[in-house]
Amino acid sequence: MQVTIRLFARLRDLAGTGELARDIEEGATVGAVWGTLTGEFPALAEYESSISTAVNAEYSRMDSAVSDGDEVAFLPPVSGG
Amino acid sequence: MSTTRYRVTHDPLRLDDLIDAVTASLDGDPPPGPGALSTFVGLVRDHNVDRRVLRLEYEGYEPLALRVFERIGQETADRWDVQMALHHRLGVLQIGEASVMIAVASPHRADAFAACRFVIERIKQIVPIWKHEFFEGGDVWIEGATANPDDDGARENAYRLASDG
Repeated sequence: MQVTIRLFARLRDLAGTGELARDIEEGATVGAVWGTLTGEFPALAEYESSISTAVNAEYSRMDSAVSDGDEVAFLPPVSGG
Repeated sequence: MSTTRYRVTHDPLRLDDLIDAVTASLDGDPPPGPGALSTFVGLVRDHNVDRRVLRLEYEGYEPLALRVFERIGQETADRWDVQMALHHRLGVLQIGEASVMIAVASPHRADAFAACRFVIERIKQIVPIWKHEFFEGGDVWIEGATANPDDDGARENAYRLASDG
């Protein structure tokens, strides 16, 4: 199945893109998507313990399930205001 | 007259839009309207730590940010008798420009002040927006809190800061 991955702020800079489509295994979790991503962009791994995640623009957890067509977002620590 | 409570926009913010949004919603039938209106405006500062800041560029995950604004609105309504509006700007902002505006209307001034403080603290905890700081000699992404809306401790801390003034 295919998911759209969204990256923001410094994660986007490190990967060189804010949006990419990737094929992942059926039944994968957000954490598995993150694993795919850090395999491709090892520089992202430093964010392992500080990112937040979202599926279809709702906050999620690393063990949340992902479905075909979902948008999976990885968010570095926030700094709004 | 705009009555949009929650907005993420690249356009300059206008405090009147937020005030209209929170006072119109209290002007029903019967009217008396709110007794208190509290506002907060966050401005781009010309320094940060020891750096001379030239400008900020804000990036956001807009659909999630709007959902989080609604969540914060619910959290304020759970605690205080208030109506809240929250607008946040994205894109390039120069020194002195407003990045965020909050308006809170309430029958009581204590609630209005406290809820306004709560909202800005909560923004810094869980809203998916980031500052890219351009300073004299370089640039850096500012990274504050790991956003976790289910972290009860963070939310309680924001309530405590709001109540202590």
